[in-house]
Amino acid sequence: MTLPRRLAADLAGQGIRLFARFITAVRADWQGIEPVPKQRVYFANHTSNGDMPMIWSVLPPALRRQTRPVAAADYWLKTPLRKFAGAEVFRAVLIDRRPEARTEDPMAKILAALEEGSSLIIFPEGNRNMGPDPLLPFKAGLYNMGRAFPDVDLVPTWVANLNSIMPKGEIIPLPLICTVTFGAPLHVGEDESKDAFLARASAALAALAPKVQS
Amino acid sequence: MTDTILDLLTLALGVCGILLALSIFGEFARTRVTPGTSNPALETYMIRVQSWWAMVILLTLALLVGRLGVVILFAFCSFAALREFLTLTSKRQADHWSLALAFFVVLPVQYILVWMGWAGMIAIFIPVYAFLLLPIVSALRGDAQRFLIRVAETQWALMMTVFCISHVPALMTLPIPGFETRSILLIPFLAIVVQLGDLLEYVAGRRIGRTRIAPGLSPKTWEGLICGVTAAALIGGLLSWITPFGLFGAMGMAATASLVGMFGNIVFAAIKRDRGVKDWSHLIPGQGGFVDQLDSVIFAAPIFYHLTRFFWT
Repeated sequence: MTLPRRLAADLAGQGIRLFARFITAVRADWQGIEPVPKQRVYFANHTSNGDMPMIWSVLPPALRRQTRPVAAADYWLKTPLRKFAGAEVFRAVLIDRRPEARTEDPMAKILAALEEGSSLIIFPEGNRNMGPDPLLPFKAGLYNMGRAFPDVDLVPTWVANLNSIMPKGEIIPLPLICTVTFGAPLHVGEDESKDAFLARASAALAALAPKVQS
Repeated sequence: MTDTILDLLTLALGVCGILLALSIFGEFARTRVTPGTSNPALETYMIRVQSWWAMVILLTLALLVGRLGVVILFAFCSFAALREFLTLTSKRQADHWSLALAFFVVLPVQYILVWMGWAGMIAIFIPVYAFLLLPIVSALRGDAQRFLIRVAETQWALMMTVFCISHVPALMTLPIPGFETRSILLIPFLAIVVQLGDLLEYVAGRRIGRTRIAPGLSPKTWEGLICGVTAAALIGGLLSWITPFGLFGAMGMAATASLVGMFGNIVFAAIKRDRGVKDWSHLIPGQGGFVDQLDSVIFAAPIFYHLTRFFWT
């Protein structure tokens, strides 16, 4: 990446963080972990396109630099602006959700990023949750990551309130307060089955949701 | 106007003197903590004193700037308080437009009315126009689920955080005969008697409080309340020279504002208990949120405004 582009990406990143702070007064609640630079997979609930920038914004700079969100290529490659934001501001690991169109295995790309030492932000529900349930069933990816990298902390991360701040289809964001809660890290047990682990991870994440349902 | 500014500076110096005493007391207490350990209560106290410094400095600057400065400062407080309140209320996507209107139209319009000094409109804009318009906007989206709860909670949020708070800067606009250029002094008067009354109520309650006012809701006691209100009345008397009320009028107004404010604090404790939160947010270090800081002023301001308007204009 050339220097001017990198500066532009840094500047855009700062802008996104300031915007997130201003609109939602976004705050991190480190319940189960300390904000220290350790390799982690932050797995979060997904109700809005703003989820990933919120988590990214509350990470302290040292952690943010080593953290890459896993995001959908079809969304982040659509326009030049999104391409710039996805690839250079967030340095996302872009994966293709459409099995018929893709040329590389998404799981292999994710594992390669972990191999390089990056921390990741993932949304194990796979899609934005528009329904009344707090969480959709998790995809298997989280389990595969935990299996392949048993030392990496899998951190449940609850983003509260974003679905009211910017529901799908609305144009104006409401300046409500958004809180990102980090829970205690999980690891896949010695002989834990995929379904048992995913159920445990889902329960750990749901437990971080604020008691008040607004 | 120079007299007023001189009085404002005198008040600011007096309050800074009190804060300096509180800071020195804290630093002194720190030297008595065993080295290598820390006293959490003392550290909380020190963070609070720092937040008070920030508030006093901001309010003083706003008062010195004059009407526009005060209106902008309290509009900002209302915005922060409304955001804390609406974060905890019931809402659905059908309310998105009415909530956006609350933040971006109702709040600015109310403060523009205050800046204009349009007393009649200040009193009815939210209770009449906003309260009728916003439910219409929500209803048009055709979602009836928990409709009454959603509308009621949004309206109370506006009432508490915009309507009530806007009555603090509205004090500047009261046409009190012979006091027109000095009415801005009513703002520091209200803030000082309510805040110091709360502080002394807290200290007295910790020392001699026995009978809880609302057991299970709030640690406030009748003994603490009586001490706090009495202290507020005495402070109000000492400050009567900046008011049009006269000595006993100032004592009575201070006691009323302080009393209403303390009960307001209990009402907000009930809301927090209902929603299962300890503080409204974490935006003010050591004090929770803006609503935690403003709860007594929210209740005291409209009563203080209307009593002043009724008896002195």
